[in-house]
Amino acid sequence: MTDPSAPVQEQTLSGSPAVWRRVVAIARNAFLEAVRDRVLYNLVLFVLLLIAGAIFLGELSDGQERKIIVDLGLSTMLLFGVFISIFVGVGLVYKEIERRTVYAIFSKPVSRGEFLVGKYLGLCLTLLVNVVVMGAGVSLALLYARRGGDSLALTIWPAIFLIYLELMILTGVALLFSSFSSPALSALLTFLVFIIGHFSTDLKNLASTMESVVGRGLFNALYYLLPNLNNYSYITPAAHGQVPLGSNVLLAILYAAVYIAITIAAATLVLGRRNFK
Amino acid sequence: MSIVEIDQLTKDYEIGFWRKRKVRGLDALSLAVEQGEIFGFLGANGAGKTTTLKVLMRLTFPTSGKARILGEDIDKVSMHRIGYLPENPYFYDYLTAREFLEYCAELFGQPKQARKRNAEDLLSRVRLDEKRWDTQLRKFSKGMLQRVGLAQALINDPEIVFLDEPMSGLDPVGRREVRDLIASLRESGKTVFMCSHILSDIEVLCDRVAILKKGKLAHMGRLNDLRQQQNQENLVEIIVTQTDVPETFVVTETPGGVRIQAPGESDVDVVLTALRKVNGKLVSVQPLRQSLEELFVD
Repeated sequence: MTDPSAPVQEQTLSGSPAVWRRVVAIARNAFLEAVRDRVLYNLVLFVLLLIAGAIFLGELSDGQERKIIVDLGLSTMLLFGVFISIFVGVGLVYKEIERRTVYAIFSKPVSRGEFLVGKYLGLCLTLLVNVVVMGAGVSLALLYARRGGDSLALTIWPAIFLIYLELMILTGVALLFSSFSSPALSALLTFLVFIIGHFSTDLKNLASTMESVVGRGLFNALYYLLPNLNNYSYITPAAHGQVPLGSNVLLAILYAAVYIAITIAAATLVLGRRNFK
Repeated sequence: MSIVEIDQLTKDYEIGFWRKRKVRGLDALSLAVEQGEIFGFLGANGAGKTTTLKVLMRLTFPTSGKARILGEDIDKVSMHRIGYLPENPYFYDYLTAREFLEYCAELFGQPKQARKRNAEDLLSRVRLDEKRWDTQLRKFSKGMLQRVGLAQALINDPEIVFLDEPMSGLDPVGRREVRDLIASLRESGKTVFMCSHILSDIEVLCDRVAILKKGKLAHMGRLNDLRQQQNQENLVEIIVTQTDVPETFVVTETPGGVRIQAPGESDVDVVLTALRKVNGKLVSVQPLRQSLEELFVD
């Protein structure tokens, strides 16, 4: 009898160049899917919003105008990114199983882990293009507002990088839910993770004020289980020209790397045991 | 050497949400496919044909039993040596036929030039109109998708090809072309394991067949041997315009005359002689092709 949990040849991600070539091929295909399904059209909407905002903000004083451009631009970038992470992310695996496109892929030398990593990286590439183009748009808007050089046009980029890391985490969560749940439920759960993730510190504080052991345990578990997305919120300080400490950015990168690795490993474990009907 | 060895393969599915119960999809299936043969895998809908292929392709895990392909356990065999056409194939519809094949070739680690060359060779070989090579798959008909499916199953020049309903969605010309393609695979030394409902194709192509009923192996062997087992190898169907025929034969009335089932070819003369006496006309004479179908249904 074949044990589904047994190690399978071509089913583990190793350092082999052939494995990474397959992962890159899958990632490129996932990116192409996003492009051809017009996911990046949201950029047009973003640019229109930015132009409308610039016209409206022309009425405001200079200091406020720049602050609002950053606030509005980066918040919209996060919002659009969250929508893409959730709505494209939850369909990454589910859609392939429903449409049975995985049959032709898994009958080739592609392990389920490689497939997941490739799909994940493909969506991250889409988000990267999105974030970079939007970031450039915000920088240009700032330069236009000052009619010349503006330090804010550069200092907002660490905050943009943190937004991107947050979207990468959220995509990992969406991918995990997508490996075993329907898109609607996955989208709901990922959105809840996004919301609760921003109130992570409150969960910890709530747990410490609770008398019930069960309640304390539950909220502590949620605190450690759900991603702490507060670490990635730097929009308001960025609007005031502040730049995050290098050590904080480094910690944010490490936290994201570990969290993403865990979500993809869990998704691989779930998908690896799954029977396709 | 057996290229595919299936030993006591059993697959149970769980159905129901609250009160789960098991349904047996495959029941202790054992069979072997030899090198270089075209092996037909037959059965009614739900008999377990596709489940067997999915287990062999590691898309679903067996409840018990073993299977080996090319001498290796299915969880160890290199997929570089295997081709697979799923039933009712659905591929990435935002890709063109050429892009999809090149993508499949890339998954096999083929270099860029080889990918391009192999994709074009195979699209020609499955006779997909060259004008459609750069059309997105979302604009393809079922028959065209089937051709692309066949091409992707052969992109790695596999030693064995598993085809699940390869004639599905094809028109008669397409069926003949695919039949020729499958026959050419045997000529080039490849082994073909094909599931099909279309008995005439199985009869023309397959060296041996296995018939599955409710997940169990009902019959396996050469077609002629199976027919002999059923004592039906010589049945002849004669259709004539006249109803006045010898009573010794099984006769069914048709709108234009009668259909006669004769036990053997020598009886055709008897029927024709009787027919001439009453100035009747012969419509058709053909060997009865129902034997395999009856094996299916019995």
